[in-house]
Amino acid sequence: MSNTPLPATRQQSSVAASSSVIGVLTEAAKESVLKVQDYSILSYHSVANLFSRPRYMPDTVTQMDDIGTGSLPIVLLSGFFIGAVMVLQTGTQFQRFGQVSLTGDIVSLALVRELGPTITGLLVAGRCSSGIASELGSMLVTEQVDAMRAMGTNPSRKLVSPRVLAALIVVPLLTTISVFVGLLGGMVASVFSLRLSATTFWQRAIAILEFSDLMQGFSKSVVFAFILSTVGCYQGLNVRGGTQGVGRATTQAVVVSSVLIIVADTFLTKLALYLADKL
Amino acid sequence: MSAPPTSTAALGSSSEPALDFSDVWLGFEEGPILRGLSFSVQPRETLILLGETGTGKTLTLKLAAGLLCPDSGTVRALGQDITGKPERELLEFRRQVGFVFQEGALFDSLTVRENVAFRLLEEGNVTEEEVEPVVREALSFVELENTVDMYPSELSGGMRRRVDIARAIITRPELLVYDSPTGGLDPVTSTTIIELIIKQRDVFKTSSLLVTHRLQDAFMMATHYFDRKSNRMQPLPPGMQGEVPMGFLILRDGKIIFDGNLDELVHTQDEYIREYIS
Repeated sequence: MSNTPLPATRQQSSVAASSSVIGVLTEAAKESVLKVQDYSILSYHSVANLFSRPRYMPDTVTQMDDIGTGSLPIVLLSGFFIGAVMVLQTGTQFQRFGQVSLTGDIVSLALVRELGPTITGLLVAGRCSSGIASELGSMLVTEQVDAMRAMGTNPSRKLVSPRVLAALIVVPLLTTISVFVGLLGGMVASVFSLRLSATTFWQRAIAILEFSDLMQGFSKSVVFAFILSTVGCYQGLNVRGGTQGVGRATTQAVVVSSVLIIVADTFLTKLALYLADKL
Repeated sequence: MSAPPTSTAALGSSSEPALDFSDVWLGFEEGPILRGLSFSVQPRETLILLGETGTGKTLTLKLAAGLLCPDSGTVRALGQDITGKPERELLEFRRQVGFVFQEGALFDSLTVRENVAFRLLEEGNVTEEEVEPVVREALSFVELENTVDMYPSELSGGMRRRVDIARAIITRPELLVYDSPTGGLDPVTSTTIIELIIKQRDVFKTSSLLVTHRLQDAFMMATHYFDRKSNRMQPLPPGMQGEVPMGFLILRDGKIIFDGNLDELVHTQDEYIREYIS
């Protein structure tokens, strides 16, 4: 080794390092593609299972209760105060131009199109996507999922589809409630802070809304529900490394579903504006 | 109605094996784990799979139940080739197989009643009222009738294994696989579990594959039979075997290094096996 010229050694190690870097990057890319593929398969089956027997309706109702009733307090509280804050922020700007009555318009549009579905999606993702991931992850590491398969039950039908269906039903309802409570919060803030009458606020808030606005909000809430439930299920059913892995999956479920919700929101907004312009 | 010991000559069957592995290979990223396994479990036979930790015993059980697919080779179970079958068909097949898991694997959000009834309710067309007596019967077999309304977290380790056995046998499966049913239990509880397995073996005569690394459990199963009169297991008289044929397999580094009966096992000349069983 002492006779080996130094430059040659450097060259060799540099080649080895670059090949290993390429190797690592290739492996990471393959792994990412595989994860996307597995997630797509899980998502496809979660919906396809709903069109054939057996369907697990009691499990779906239990999940609706867990996702819906369980998330209601945080959705109510956050919805109310977001509506109030919207009025406080926009109202002072409108006051400068003497157009305080426009506050109802802007708050209503923002809540129905954007803030209602997105904030509700993010809140439910934080609460339920993590819950789903930790529950399914714990079942996986304690062999309960294998036990289910060993007894001839399809875990995708029994565990994934009821959660996805429950989220698809409940999240749009929660979004509706969130928007309504947000408008209530906005009305309270506008009455006490801007001296705007409650009637004017409500009249303007309702009059400004068109069918396309409602559809935009509704379609977003459905897509967000699908994202948060399938990501939670995917992370839970792909836990590696025992209880530590369950913790990681729980965190990942919240991070991934939140980011996906925000990314999806951008594209859905663009699509909705395009369709509203065309129709 | 005791199960009397019979002579060795009376044992055996010419019908197709309940389980048949033929040159089965299975590996993961770190390399092959199972290297060309070939063995079979005859109808009514109980085969005990021994080996050190990490030799692939649990993987063998999962292959037998169709929970894993081999890289190469063939697994035939209950008259059908389950190698590479689609999951939908495997779900049907697994309804004829009972699997007792190492840690019980009970559904912790369900009561004991719901855990034991799970399989029957999943098969459909039955109500909870119709299932109740069957659940009671399965739980009385494992002497845990009084736990029906309890949750798994309220049970001891031994009780959880017994409930898992009740859950596995409730549909009278044609093939039973046990994954270290006494692992992590104290000697007294282990004996209780082995007594239950002997009872199951001698009463229902289900073809079984049992994994264990406790040699005393394996020897107890080979040297005892279940006496229905006393409702206890009893030692077999010297020179006699139980009604149900018993075999032993020893795995080492993913290969079978022994396949025979108790007599052949205790008289083997293989150094490793002699050390292993000593």
